[in-house]
Amino acid sequence: MRQVLFVIALLWATATQAQDSLRLAVTTSFHNSGLADVLLPEIQADLGLEVQLLIVGTGQALRLGEAGDVDAILVHSRAAEEAFVAQGYGTHRREIMYNDFVFIGPMNDPAGISDATDAADTLQRIATVDAPFVSRGDESGTHNKELALWQAAGLDPDNFGDWYRAVGAGMGAALNTASGMNAYVLSDRASWLNFANKGDLALLFAGDPVLFNQYAYLPVNPDLHSHVKSDLAARLEDWLTSPHAAELINSYMIDGEALFVFNAEDVS
Amino acid sequence: MVDLWDGLTQAFWLVITLDRELAEIALRSLYVTLTALVIACLIAFPLAAFLAVRRFRFRRLIIAILNALMGLPPVVVGLIVYVLLSRSGPFGVLGLLFTPTAMIIAQIIIIVPLIASIAHQSLRDLWQEYHDLLISMNVSQGQKMRTLIWDARRALLTASLAGFGRGIGEVGAIMIVGGNIDNVTRVLTTAIALETGKGAFALALALGFVLIALTIAVNLMIHWLGQTEREGRW
Repeated sequence: MRQVLFVIALLWATATQAQDSLRLAVTTSFHNSGLADVLLPEIQADLGLEVQLLIVGTGQALRLGEAGDVDAILVHSRAAEEAFVAQGYGTHRREIMYNDFVFIGPMNDPAGISDATDAADTLQRIATVDAPFVSRGDESGTHNKELALWQAAGLDPDNFGDWYRAVGAGMGAALNTASGMNAYVLSDRASWLNFANKGDLALLFAGDPVLFNQYAYLPVNPDLHSHVKSDLAARLEDWLTSPHAAELINSYMIDGEALFVFNAEDVS
Repeated sequence: MVDLWDGLTQAFWLVITLDRELAEIALRSLYVTLTALVIACLIAFPLAAFLAVRRFRFRRLIIAILNALMGLPPVVVGLIVYVLLSRSGPFGVLGLLFTPTAMIIAQIIIIVPLIASIAHQSLRDLWQEYHDLLISMNVSQGQKMRTLIWDARRALLTASLAGFGRGIGEVGAIMIVGGNIDNVTRVLTTAIALETGKGAFALALALGFVLIALTIAVNLMIHWLGQTEREGRW
């Protein structure tokens, strides 16, 4: 018994630590891109700031921000972000970078979406042949985008049959599901390129400008939550919009493909 | 099947090369669950002994509730602890959310009913044997409870191992209250969930094998330290 207590005491001693740290809620798609693994060590080196990432869907990220459980959020769902700022939960919204969404599907492409003219046409083709389609269904940025695209295509997912599967999970889990059922799915390019379980899936359609995916940084309002580290959040924002970050973001590649385009504007 | 084999080899190399990140995550898993286990035992054993020794009006009801709570869904516990610890919740000022402490609290809630139920079962049986003796010696309630707990220590060890098993393999609650933050609250189970999400099944499986090996090692160690199956009845 005494030895057991000793082991626990040892573990206690190793677990306690203190440092300048900031909690940032980010979307699963941002984390899956692998860009965080490049940026975080640089932030640590430049600012001496440890950024603790909470990897959640956009919906949950916004909730964490509203409750003051994180210091800032980095998400990609414009309408929801603007509502977040309008309701006073965030001080402002700063655009950082964008990547794009792509349509993934089985290689034999039963709906023929690789010949589609635009995103709306792609979805109409899938709906016409009732090809299995996996939806995130978790109110994430990607899910919101997908719903907006269905609407733009003049279709309503509420009326869809069994072929429309809302999995209510993150991007990786949705891709796993699509891979298992050979279904179509809307993914951000970064998650797709980094995804290891591709199976028979392939990238079938991309390039329509409506598929661009803007990431924005929103510091949580310190007027609502006095414990929020707004000075650290401001320093991180300055770093994320700096030329150094621009270089890192623009030069980040997977399989020789650039993933993100830095587009933060100088506000000063 | 290929993934399984890849996972095994990858697990082997991770352990052999003493991968630093893996060691940290594994230690954090142990730290969270063992701390929760010790605190849970400190709550559950006296509670179980009390329920065995004392006769009071709501005793049966409490036992029934404890038994039912053994199956408490971890996700629900996580959500409740999250709401309580959130900055907008009643205990928000403590700033405990997304720390290992929050994970420990959630795990304590999950495993106390399990340990208390199993412990109560064995203490009740022992109490039937000891009842006349202890009554005739006219000892106090506290002494009765202490005697029962000490003499049933082997059975209580089994109860705590069951609690350990439920805690170390749990992912639903600690994902919500811990947030799976790299270097802070990432433990083996949440890392497995994360790698599965990335489609990196081999790495996820490797971590899974490490988790299983760790659980077996801890069980063996506790048995060895407790000298079980060596001498005496208890």
